[in-house]
Amino acid sequence: MTPFTQYIKDLYSNIKEQLPGSGNNAVSEIREKGLLELVERDFRTYRKENKAIFEKHIACASGMKPQLTPPPYRPVEEYFHCKVKDFDTRMCIFLNGWYVHTGNPLCVEDNGIIVGSLFEALRQYPKLVFQYLMAENSSREDSLSAINRALFNDGLFVYIPDNVIVEKPIQLISLTDSPNELLLNNRNLIIVGKNARVSFIQCDDSIQFKPSFINNVTKIYLDENADFSYYKMENKNPESLLFNEVDVEQKGHSHFYSNAMTFNTGYLRNKINVFLKEPFAATKMYGLYLVDKKQHVDNQIFIDHQVTDCESYQLYKGIVDDEAVANFLGHVVVRQDSQRTVASQTNRNITLTDNARVTSKPFLEIYADDVKCNHGTTVGQLDEEAMYYLRTRGICEVNARRLLMLAFANEIAEFIQIDSLKARYKEMIRKRLNGELTICDQCVLHCPHLGM
Amino acid sequence: MLQIKNLHVSIKGKEILKGVNLDINKGEVHAIMGPNGTGKSTLASVIAGKELFEVTEGSITYNGKDLLAMPIEDRAREGIFIGFQYPVEIPGVSITNFMKTALEEIRLYRGLPPLTELEFRKLMKEKAKIVELTEKLSNRSVNEGFSGGEKKRNEIFQMAMLEPSLSILDETDSGLDIDALRIVANGVNQLKSPDNATVVITHYQRLLDYIVPDFVHVLFDGKIVKSGPKELALELEHRGYDWIKEEYEQNLQ
Repeated sequence: MTPFTQYIKDLYSNIKEQLPGSGNNAVSEIREKGLLELVERDFRTYRKENKAIFEKHIACASGMKPQLTPPPYRPVEEYFHCKVKDFDTRMCIFLNGWYVHTGNPLCVEDNGIIVGSLFEALRQYPKLVFQYLMAENSSREDSLSAINRALFNDGLFVYIPDNVIVEKPIQLISLTDSPNELLLNNRNLIIVGKNARVSFIQCDDSIQFKPSFINNVTKIYLDENADFSYYKMENKNPESLLFNEVDVEQKGHSHFYSNAMTFNTGYLRNKINVFLKEPFAATKMYGLYLVDKKQHVDNQIFIDHQVTDCESYQLYKGIVDDEAVANFLGHVVVRQDSQRTVASQTNRNITLTDNARVTSKPFLEIYADDVKCNHGTTVGQLDEEAMYYLRTRGICEVNARRLLMLAFANEIAEFIQIDSLKARYKEMIRKRLNGELTICDQCVLHCPHLGM
Repeated sequence: MLQIKNLHVSIKGKEILKGVNLDINKGEVHAIMGPNGTGKSTLASVIAGKELFEVTEGSITYNGKDLLAMPIEDRAREGIFIGFQYPVEIPGVSITNFMKTALEEIRLYRGLPPLTELEFRKLMKEKAKIVELTEKLSNRSVNEGFSGGEKKRNEIFQMAMLEPSLSILDETDSGLDIDALRIVANGVNQLKSPDNATVVITHYQRLLDYIVPDFVHVLFDGKIVKSGPKELALELEHRGYDWIKEEYEQNLQ
């Protein structure tokens, strides 16, 4: 057993009585199963495929601990300002893994929408929550998912009943602010009913520069004809380790849209698994990563076309500078008899230095014959013809390069359907590529206690 | 304004221009005609500064300066504009942002203060009218998804924005229907002044019904083999290029 697995195992036996839901047999069962799975897997795949990454990043979390009691309540304005202008959202904040609220951990609205703490939802609606919490997609789970299962603290619970159109996006903001090095496992559960529609924005931010290990799992269930938009933004400090796994199950005619932007990170892995379980479900995923210095970003996507007539589309782009590393692993499976599947997968990268590293693995696995699938990947420099055109209009080489990088990155921002968010993203992309910002300024937080 | 002297240009060792001589003065409109593959577009590219081409002999002087020694962007800042035959699509760069950056740099080079946001917008609006471009188009990405006509109108729009002293329009009429041709030609005519000059490269006479040249040159086998008044274009339209070829071959003998 690796020392890290041993560490998690010991940590679990020491704190299991203090973890939320410890009196609940079903919860304990989930945790025990998670631990068994971890011991069984023991990061074997990781170690085999990328020993260096395991040792350099994951194993370093030995010694980090979860925060076992909620932090005392402080008004959110004291430590967090969303810098997106005219952005009206329902804000749900998790501070060091705990849901921040003023006395009501679960909000239930007249139209049946439920938003709040997962454990509170479990207490109030055990039948509804357990039905989903117990469900497994074990085929795609790995050692990190198992850790989350064993140690999950709390998470956001969202339930949108059938036929409800939610106008105001739900924004989940996860913050870390602690004198200790934190190991956090949040588990979010989102259930969207038939014909319902909602947008969801997930922001991971660091308030300070302490190392942390954050390992989140978000489970999303989309019923027939549900429409779900998922925006993901990372702005973490360079000492952070952040693992996000998102599992999406889609029923017939449902739509899943995602857009993941990474502006700043330490070590980041975004993993999205989509299971298309009924015909005419569609999924569209976009991603952008602008990484430099020694940052590391992995995007791992798995799309499982289990039935006929579904569509999936991926477009991920990245600009990789300095000694940064970006990996893209896209895997689409079209199961036998999943006829009339349409699947497209594209990953484009620009490397700006000789030391920047990009690994792109687009991967299609097709067992049906009547399908339209394509994939493509590029790693390269900027378009010479476009450079020439811009320069013939009086624009110098440096600015022409900047304009083209901006254009390359903005393509992903163009797919954002919320105008205020799109404007903010574009502004951040522009500032980032113009080199106008230092690391700290790039952060949306502009932390008051750091005097910014 | 522009003096081309004995210009020899090669691409990958193959000589395309074999001694071109041409003088262009303020207020003049020149048409360069000739069959396909005789070096018309190469001439435009060399003036623009495309790095693919190698000048093996001769010179180009622009307002007394050695044009061939200037980087691409400085040629534009000095007042040269090339209207491309196949303008590239640049997804993600809006026309507004493109023009703003270009104007800022050109004005800085010329020692002019930058335009205010208001002045810039006014200018965009005013110039868009010249080629009947709608304002919607200016928020779109440069040439992306534009029809052939829109691309060419966008070239003339850029020309209007940058106010060059020498414009070289390379096959601006290719792929245009008659309405688009009229709009493009009107645009060019409106921008004409006693202080600037225009070179129109084309192999059809059609465009010259709208943009009337002062001089017509025929480029053949890498050289200007014949020059004349606007009537020469009409003659070429009627008689084709064969007689030029024959004349040229006779002269060689």
